[in-house]
Amino acid sequence: MSDRHPLFMPLVLIGGLIFGFGLGFSHMARPEVVLNFLQFEDFGLVFVMFGAAIVTGVTFFLAPRLLGRAPLTGDQFERRLKSFDRNVLIGGSIFGVGWGLSGICPGAAYASLGIGNVTILWALAGMFLGAYLQGRWRSQTASADSVTAGAD
Amino acid sequence: MVTDPLTLQLAADFFPNGISRYAVGGLLVGLGAVVIYVGTGIAAGASTFLESTLSYVSGQSRFQRYVASRDWRLVFTAGIVLGAALFAATVQSGLVTSSLYQPGTTGELYEFAGFTLWLTDVQPWRLFFGGILVGIGTRVGKGCTSGHGVCGVGSASKTSITGVITFMIVAIVTAQLVATLGVSP
Repeated sequence: MSDRHPLFMPLVLIGGLIFGFGLGFSHMARPEVVLNFLQFEDFGLVFVMFGAAIVTGVTFFLAPRLLGRAPLTGDQFERRLKSFDRNVLIGGSIFGVGWGLSGICPGAAYASLGIGNVTILWALAGMFLGAYLQGRWRSQTASADSVTAGAD
Repeated sequence: MVTDPLTLQLAADFFPNGISRYAVGGLLVGLGAVVIYVGTGIAAGASTFLESTLSYVSGQSRFQRYVASRDWRLVFTAGIVLGAALFAATVQSGLVTSSLYQPGTTGELYEFAGFTLWLTDVQPWRLFFGGILVGIGTRVGKGCTSGHGVCGVGSASKTSITGVITFMIVAIVTAQLVATLGVSP
């Protein structure tokens, strides 16, 4: 942690800036636009997710072949693979209800604040509360089972 | 060029705001994730920030396991907020114009300190209660629209593709149901 490359944080910041600018430009930072998509009134949002996934897909394929290791951390390039269990379905469903009700997801909520939408603080407060509730519950379940919490 | 009237009509029905702002925005979102990935090997998601930031104020084991990444996740999120603010200060404020950007009519624009900012019309109770479920669901489900949707799908991860299909279908049903009940916006 302490011996991080000096460019590590600046690069994370630049990545976040581009990411947030894109969420603003695409209007995904506006809950109305997400709701219009989910209500089949404007299908444009498909291009945000696929557009982004194509860029990451090509890079995740090429980076390990062309670069070997990440220059700032020395870490190997790996794909984002998470183990599958019923939590993916349960959590995905709970998230789906929340996304369908509010029209906002975490990254878009941060960006929404950036475009001046102070009302989104309601959603951010809810997200922290929800994350806290599940974390508290799962921490206690894990310690009650006296099972070491494995990484997801 | 597509000039067939039926095709044009269908395009206007499905894409009333065109596709360019969505496609350009999506490519930028992907580029942001890729910049971090190429430099660091990290496939970043936005929702872990919720738990990693809670580790500053709560000793629960579920949050403490993110202590090592909480500082850069804070920087990543600050970047997202600032990047969107940069968009607001330039494109949204009309300082930079582009034929690829369709301003749209959702919500309300307002002026502040010389910039054009934006406010949602979606009711606070929807944002708050929806937010609670988003906070629970993304963390239990191992990812959100960026972690599963952008990085996971980009990784051709079966878990992420299943997660995306799950939350998409449930979100569509929920939004349609809420609209049918007459809640708007």
